[in-house]
Amino acid sequence: MSVVRHQLVVVGGGLAGLRAAIEARQRGVDVAVLSQVHPARSHSGAAQGGINAALANHPEAHDDTPEKHAFDTVKGSDYLADQAAAQQMTQDAVPAIYEMEHWGCPFSRFDDGRIAQRPFGGAGYPRTCYGADKTGHYLLHTCVQRSLMLGIPFSTEFFVTRLIVNDGVCAGVVAYDMTRGGFHAFLGDAVIMATGGAGRTYSNTTNAIISTGGGAAMAYQAGVPLKDMEFIQFHPTGLYTTNILMTEGCRGEGGYLVNSEGERFMARYAPTAMELAPRDITSRAIWTEILEGRGIDGKAYVHLDLRHLGQAKIAERLPGIRDLAIHFEGVDPVTEPIPIVPSQHYTMGGIDTDVDGATALPGFYAAGECACVSVHGANRLGGNSLLETIVFGRRAGAAAAAYVGRGERPAVPDRVGQSAAAAMEAAVAALVEREGSQDAYQIRVEMTATMKDCFGIFRDQVTMREGLDKLVALKERLDGISLRGSGGVFNLDMMRTVELEGMLDVALATAAGALARTESRGSHARTDFAARDDEHWLRHTIASYRPGEAEPRLDWAPVSLGLFEPQERKY
Amino acid sequence: MPEARFRIRRYDPASDPPLRGGQRTDRWEEFTVPYESTLTVLEGLFFIQEKIDGSLSFRYCCRASICGSCAMYIQGKYRLACQTNVRHFDGQVITVEPMPHMPLVKDLVCDMTSFFEKYEYVKPWLIRQSQDPEREIPQSPAERRLLDMPIDCILCGCCYSSCPSMWGEDDYLGPAQLLWLYRFEADSRDEGGRERLAHFDNERGVYRCHTITNCIEACPKELSPTEAIQWLKKAAVRRRLFGRRK
Repeated sequence: MSVVRHQLVVVGGGLAGLRAAIEARQRGVDVAVLSQVHPARSHSGAAQGGINAALANHPEAHDDTPEKHAFDTVKGSDYLADQAAAQQMTQDAVPAIYEMEHWGCPFSRFDDGRIAQRPFGGAGYPRTCYGADKTGHYLLHTCVQRSLMLGIPFSTEFFVTRLIVNDGVCAGVVAYDMTRGGFHAFLGDAVIMATGGAGRTYSNTTNAIISTGGGAAMAYQAGVPLKDMEFIQFHPTGLYTTNILMTEGCRGEGGYLVNSEGERFMARYAPTAMELAPRDITSRAIWTEILEGRGIDGKAYVHLDLRHLGQAKIAERLPGIRDLAIHFEGVDPVTEPIPIVPSQHYTMGGIDTDVDGATALPGFYAAGECACVSVHGANRLGGNSLLETIVFGRRAGAAAAAYVGRGERPAVPDRVGQSAAAAMEAAVAALVEREGSQDAYQIRVEMTATMKDCFGIFRDQVTMREGLDKLVALKERLDGISLRGSGGVFNLDMMRTVELEGMLDVALATAAGALARTESRGSHARTDFAARDDEHWLRHTIASYRPGEAEPRLDWAPVSLGLFEPQERKY
Repeated sequence: MPEARFRIRRYDPASDPPLRGGQRTDRWEEFTVPYESTLTVLEGLFFIQEKIDGSLSFRYCCRASICGSCAMYIQGKYRLACQTNVRHFDGQVITVEPMPHMPLVKDLVCDMTSFFEKYEYVKPWLIRQSQDPEREIPQSPAERRLLDMPIDCILCGCCYSSCPSMWGEDDYLGPAQLLWLYRFEADSRDEGGRERLAHFDNERGVYRCHTITNCIEACPKELSPTEAIQWLKKAAVRRRLFGRRK
C-alpha cells in the first residue's frame, strides 16, 4: 500500500479525461491520469460518425452558426437541456475542432482542403465533422499523443474504486494496481472524474465492457447527486446479435431503414427528416415496427440498407462499418442489408455539474458521459457526445487548475490516504471471508435484463414498479455474495465483483427517476403518460444516495431557459 | 447442448516459477463452454471466468475490434479474441495463449510496458514550426489519403510480438512504432523536419526490418507496417540527400 500525490488526479483516460489533463498540464499543474485500460483503449475510441461544430464548411451550410447548433441541441433534448450550457458548448465547439485539427487529428477533407462535414440526425445543417467512420478513434489517439507530448504521466491499469473525502472536501481516490497488485491511495488537491457512461447496466448495449458507470457510482456513494439518470438513449442501429454500433453516419450518408414489407417506414414517423430524425424518435419508430409485427422474418430487427450507396462510397466513408458487419454479423453491407435493433447507447444523466465541471463536493469535478451539465437533456443528438468530451473536458481541466492554484486548504496528511486504502482492502478481505451463497455474475445478468425489459424504449408504471422492486431485491442479495480471492494481479473476479455494487446503485437511480417522472420527454417514453408535461416536469431530477437505503432521495431542479421557447418537436 | 472446448495456457506469477522475457509455462488447462453460433473467443473467456475459474485473467474493453485490448495467440495465429468467432474452428479444441515473445503479467495478459515506451520514443505527434492558422490547416483529400492506413492502428501489439527482429535482445523499435512514425512523417501538416530522423534512420530503426512481413500477416486490422517502413527508408535517403522527405 502506498500513497501517491499529485496536484490533480484525473480518473479516466478517454477523451474527456485526457482533454482535462492536457488543459491542466498546459496551465502548469502536476496532473496524473489513472485509467483502468491504457488510455488509447478507452471507449471514446468506439465513437464512429463524428463531432458537431458549426464550421459552415459544407456547401449547404454556409450560413450555419453556433446559435443554430444550440437550437438543434435544445430541441433535440426535448427542452430539458440547460440552454445556457448548450449555447456554451456550441460556441466552444468551433475552436475545439480547430484545436484538435492543429494537434493532428486526421479529419476527412473536402476537395478545398477544409474539414469535411456530413448530415446527422436532428440537425438543421450538415455540421458533423468526421474522420471516415472512426472519428472517436482518431480523436482519442490525437489526445493520447498530445498528452505524451506534454509528458502527462499515465497510471495505466489502475482500477479506481473509491473517492477519498476528508472534512467535506475531495482529497483523492483509492485504486487497485492491476499489474502489480494491491490498493493504493492517490491524493490530489482536486479530482476530475471522467469514466464514461453506464451502458453495461443494460444487457443490450453498444457500450464497451468497461462502461459500467463506476465514476458516477463512486461520486453518488460519496454524496454527490446524480442528475436526470432516467434518460437513457437507445441508438437506432445496433447490430442484431451483438448490439455493436452501426454509426448514424450510415444514414447521414443516405442509408435507409426498411421493415419486413420493404417499406421505408420512417415516412410515417418523421416525414421530413426521414432516417435522420433524432435517435429517440427513430428508435421508437423501429421498435413500433417490430412490436406491430413488421420486423424482418417476424424477428426483433429491421434492415439498415446501404446497398444503393455503392461499394466506392462505402469504402471511402464507412469502411469500419463494413468490417464490423462482416466480422460480427456475417453480412456484407455492399451486397446485403444489415440486421439492426435499437440498443442502449448513451447515459444522458450523470454527476450533476455546472458548465465548468464543478459539483456539490469542493475539489471534485466531472466531465464527459459520467457527468450531466446538462447539454443533452432528455435526448442527445448524434455528434454531440464527442463534442461534450473535449469542450467540457477542457473547461473542467481549467476550472480544476484554477482551484488547485488557489491553494485554499492545507495538504491532506498521508494517513488519510493510508486509512482509505486500508479500508478498501478490509472491505475486499471481508468479501473473501464471507460465506455467501449468492453468485455476483447471476445478479449482474438479472440486473441487466431488468434494465432492458423494464426501463427500455417504452415504459409504464406497472413494468417499472416491477423492475424497481427487482433491483431492490438484487441489491439485498449483494449481501450474500462472496469472493474467491482478494489478492494477486489482474484479479478480474475481484474487480468485477466490486464494480457490481456501483452498477446496481446507478441502475436504481435510473429506475427511481423513471418511475417518478409521469410524462414522456425525449428518450423517456411512457405509454401511460404519453405527452410531455412542461407544467410539471420541465425540471431536472436530482437523485441523492441514502446510506443503507436502496432507492435514492429525489429532488427537482429548474431548467435554465430563456433562449428558445419550448415547442412541440416535429421532424 | 453443443459445446466448445478451450485449451488455455496459464501463468500465475504468485505460484508458477518465474519466467524471463518471452518464456512460457507448459501449464495448460481445458475448459468446456456452451456453444452458440455467435460465440466469440472473448465471450468464451468470460464464461470461463464467471462460471468455472474466477482466477482467469485477460484484457478486454470494447468487444468490437477497435480498442486493441484482447490481442492473443489463438489456434496458432494472432487474433483479437472479440473478433474471432468460435464457429470458424469447426469443433476443434481452441488453443488460447498470450502473444508469444512478450513478457507476461498473468495468464493471457502480456506486459506492454516496453511497447508503449517505444511508441512514445518515436514522437507520435504532429510537430509544427509555423503559427497555426485560426481555422484548420488545409489538407487535400489526396494528402489525407496517405494517412488512411496507419491511422487505423489500434496498438494491439500483434505485429510487435510477431516480428523476428523483436525476438533478440536488441532494442528494435518495432513495426507498430515505425508505422506511427510514418503516419506523422507522411502528414502534409507535419513540420518535424529532421527531428525524427535520428529516431528511425539507424540500426534500432528501419534497417532492422528485413521485410519478413510477419507483421502484415499478424495485423488484425490488415495494415502493412512493412510498407510504412520501406517508405521511411526512402524518406531517410531523401532527407539525407535533399533535406526533405518527398
